[in-house]
Amino acid sequence: MAPKVQVQTTINNEPVQFLCEPRQSLLECLRDVVGLTGTKEGCGDGNCGSCTIKLGDRIVTSCLVLGVEAEGETITTIEGLAHGNTLHPLQKAFLEHAALQCGICTPGFLIAADALLQKHPHPTEDQTRFWLSNNLCRCTGYDKIIRAVQAAAVEIHGAPQ
Amino acid sequence: MKAFDYTAPATLPEAVGLLVSQPSARLLAGGTDLIVQLRSGRKEADLVIDIKKIPELNALDFDPIAGLTIGAAVPCYRLTAHLVIQSHFPALAEVASWIGGTQIQGRASIGGNLCNAAPSADSIPLLIALGATALIAGPGGRRTVAIEDFCTAPGRNQLASGELLVSIQIPTPAPHSGAAYLRFIPRNEMDIAVVGAGVAVTIADGVFTAARIALSAVAPTPLFVPAAGAALVGQPVAPAALEAAAQIAQSAAAPISDMRGTAAYRKHLCAVMTRRALEIAVTRAQEN
Ligand SMILES: Cc1cc2nc3c(=O)[nH]c(=O)nc-3n(C[C@H](O)[C@H](O)[C@H](O)COP(=O)(O)OP(=O)(O)OC[C@H]3O[C@@H](n4cnc5c(N)ncnc54)[C@H](O)[C@@H]3O)c2cc1C
Ligand code: FES
Ligand code: FES
Repeated sequence: MAPKVQVQTTINNEPVQFLCEPRQSLLECLRDVVGLTGTKEGCGDGNCGSCTIKLGDRIVTSCLVLGVEAEGETITTIEGLAHGNTLHPLQKAFLEHAALQCGICTPGFLIAADALLQKHPHPTEDQTRFWLSNNLCRCTGYDKIIRAVQAAAVEIHGAPQ
Repeated sequence: MKAFDYTAPATLPEAVGLLVSQPSARLLAGGTDLIVQLRSGRKEADLVIDIKKIPELNALDFDPIAGLTIGAAVPCYRLTAHLVIQSHFPALAEVASWIGGTQIQGRASIGGNLCNAAPSADSIPLLIALGATALIAGPGGRRTVAIEDFCTAPGRNQLASGELLVSIQIPTPAPHSGAAYLRFIPRNEMDIAVVGAGVAVTIADGVFTAARIALSAVAPTPLFVPAAGAALVGQPVAPAALEAAAQIAQSAAAPISDMRGTAAYRKHLCAVMTRRALEIAVTRAQEN
């Protein structure tokens, strides 16, 4: 075992320090070391997107980032999306549109969709599907997810002009 | 994943020094190939050297005379968002937006795509078509290699022990030039090319004055087909010329059959993708 390394980060607006081995993925560190289990592991090789988090100003698959690479970084996970007890409009829209069944893919979709709506306040269906192509869902068939994202866009940014 | 040490040097000489003293070390850019390979056991490392803290490897600069410099660690999203790349190298902005999905593009670099040397790597045919070169640093100093000579076998490249890729240099295209990369995939996004074609052309007075064509996923390495480009030079811009070049590209391809497609299917696609890519490149050249 290589010696453990101390990593200093900001997670969901809180300073967080954790100890990890260099071989541990950031996903593993978040779940098993920091105890933030909202972020899910699906494939472990970058394909399914269920481990999506925001690292700095980009979304990434946290299974393909080493925990040690997070030194000095700002991270947002699914636990940071709601405001206290008030759900984020995307979370509300996913519930209202039944955009989840088993829910394993949901945290990843929500973090990815949040980044989409920050970049494109009113994404087209094509833009939405293309942006979310790194997120796989085995249950819903995607349509309800797309509708939920569109509804949340209107909720957050108003109807498109 | 097997245990390894991690270090993130701040300078190029430090990185080269580490590579020389620990030949079993692996370089980490975006990690979208390397971490997958380490986790599956396909590759091993005692030391992982993160190159993302080295300023020169994060450079993304355009100079009309020197051309475009893409630092080896620059992630794809920076290329897609770059205004000069959008206007001068639209095909490159497109390729960067097709490698993986949004999350992968937040990490994956073109340098990593090149060094990983997959036969199906999407950026490499276009880099070859654009006449790009690889700037390499090592214990013996620096050297430059044409991209078409960089990959030597699946997963293998030109780099000698102690060497690393510093940047990719793309010359400024001549006036009335255009380029395109097209890949065939069964879905519309996030898939590995069955066949890809990268092309670049220059046109003067309705006649091709220069052309370069390269293919992916049809040979052990990305395949430069100089004869296909040469067949266009001196020809008037017309469908027959494009088709002739596409046929030469097709006959140069030596694909295998695998779960993505049979060799015969891939052969057929070579001509189709080359011709369609040429049509886009011609349109772009005529607009420039
Ligand atoms: C879900 C998913 C989808 C993908 N889709 C595509 C796709 O559509 N098209 C495609 O072409 N690829 C695809 N890939 C593969 C991968 O994302 C690309 O090859 C990417 O460009 C690699 O860049 P990186 O920065 O992540 O490289 P890394 O993984 O960091 O490195 C790749 C290799 O190059 C070496 N290396 C890195 N930098 C240097 C350097 N400066 N000098 C010497 N050696 C170096 C590393 O040691 C490693 O062996 C996909 C991968 C995943 C996980
Ligand atoms: S677990 Fe990371 S992409 Fe599937
Ligand atoms: S809800 Fe089950 S995978 Fe998406």
